[in-house]
Amino acid sequence: MDRYAKQRLFGLLARGAAALVVAVMVLVVAVTIYRGGRVFLTDPAIAITPPGSRYMLEGDGGFLHAVLGSLFIVVPATVVSAVLAVSTAIYLQSDYSSERFSDVVNMFLNVLWGTPPIVYGVFVLTIIIAIGARTSLFFGIVAIAIFQYPIMTRYTDEALRSAPEAVKEATYGLGGTRFEAALMTFRAALPGIIAGIIMGFARGIGDAATVLFTTGRSTNMPGGLFEGATTLPVLIFDQAMSFNAEVRSHAYAASFVLIVAVLALIIVSKLLAGRYARYAPGGRHS
Amino acid sequence: MTDTALTTENLTVTYTGNREVEALKGVSVEFPANQLTAIIGPSGCGKSTLLKSLNRLHEIQPNVEISGDVLLGEQSVYNTDEPVPELRRRIGYVPQTPTALPLSIYENVAYGLQIHGDYESKADLDDRVEHYLRKVNLWSEVEDRLDAPGAELSTGQIQRLCLARSLAVEPDILLCDEVTSALDPVSAETVEETLESLKDEYTIIMVTHSMDQAKRLADEVVFLYLGDCIETNDTRSFFENPQHERTAEFVSGHTVVGDDDDDESESTAAATTVAAER
Repeated sequence: MDRYAKQRLFGLLARGAAALVVAVMVLVVAVTIYRGGRVFLTDPAIAITPPGSRYMLEGDGGFLHAVLGSLFIVVPATVVSAVLAVSTAIYLQSDYSSERFSDVVNMFLNVLWGTPPIVYGVFVLTIIIAIGARTSLFFGIVAIAIFQYPIMTRYTDEALRSAPEAVKEATYGLGGTRFEAALMTFRAALPGIIAGIIMGFARGIGDAATVLFTTGRSTNMPGGLFEGATTLPVLIFDQAMSFNAEVRSHAYAASFVLIVAVLALIIVSKLLAGRYARYAPGGRHS
Repeated sequence: MTDTALTTENLTVTYTGNREVEALKGVSVEFPANQLTAIIGPSGCGKSTLLKSLNRLHEIQPNVEISGDVLLGEQSVYNTDEPVPELRRRIGYVPQTPTALPLSIYENVAYGLQIHGDYESKADLDDRVEHYLRKVNLWSEVEDRLDAPGAELSTGQIQRLCLARSLAVEPDILLCDEVTSALDPVSAETVEETLESLKDEYTIIMVTHSMDQAKRLADEVVFLYLGDCIETNDTRSFFENPQHERTAEFVSGHTVVGDDDDDESESTAAATTVAAER
């Protein structure tokens, strides 16, 4: 085979692979949006209606409890996790920590990232059992925060790592302290850090396995921090298993809400990151 | 004879990474006050190392050992109770790659003053920002967009912004690491003009790999070769009447070819410098 034939073949394979991935993605999103949209848009109120007493059996009422459950779990978890992740990454990348130590920690974070979320769920469940507590919103927050932490830390670490060394040198050159230099590097890396936090949020809001064991599958409105609750992914799972067609159709509606929320989130993060990218060294290109 | 602003005394810098490399081997040089001194020499011979060790910028990298001392006037840079940031403030540093801080043009210049709390009011800060932007001939180009991100300027403008930023904290000495090497010829000329206009007021120590630039700008030249200081002299004598054989060879453009040992250690030194700078 001559060089140009090889080039063509490679191009063909690459395009084929890309087409396959994009096609599957478009299919999933389109089916969810189409089927979910059909149910949801005929009765958008189901997203803000509390479930009726026989909701999981006959689909009376709506799934506000899961929408709120998702928000009440993922928002606090993201805040807690983001603070921890950003602090860790700044520590690892700053001149407070040795390179070898950072490498070891990063290796463990990669392992944690690859750990299936159900493991976190079981892990927190064992704690719940050990201290004799019940599954509740609180433990959902804990489990999701643990799940998000390695994702956000690795993203932030990479963002800080790719910030130019000259930013740090320039800050030191002006008489900046280590803290000020770390802060400046943080600002330079902000677009990447925002992307990481949003990515953690999106993964957190979409995860069912961690919540299943720690918060439960309550069909009531969330009653308090130490009461049971449920989230959209868990609800979708339960609904999709239902014998009742009405309940199953609500699974599409809930999926629609979830996917639109994640999509909106990613768009917001792009806009936000773009705003800061103008300031990042290297300008809009970075 | 002019005063001496900065003196190195038997300054030795060793990179203690995978392979131990002595990047500077007991360098003793005097940098005269209010003059521009150019540090020249082949790649990897310790130019940047010398520059960065003058304000202890090395200490932000791992695996560096330093012995000897640097004197800022009478004061020791390495054996002092003064916090290092305060020292670095007096010995400013302009990095090789033109890099705006991730702030607006205005904030880039104001940043140093802000961290040191070195201004009286917002109006005072405004005045100073304008003053230093004028000093580097950038004011007319940016006065109507001070709130725009610094990173949106052209590379040449960013480099002048970096100079303004460094000058704003009123350093006694300005260290410039190949500040024109990343610029196109026209921007480089503008930066050179700026340096030229600054050298009466400040002590500037500049690393350059361009001998023409050293000839044009420098009052004094320091020639480093493989971590040794071979020769220092005023620019004219240095180029017209080199005292040392290696200098003569380097100046005449015949790259110094040492014996095999020399070559090897040179390339190692270069590799290590690169590794350490990453």
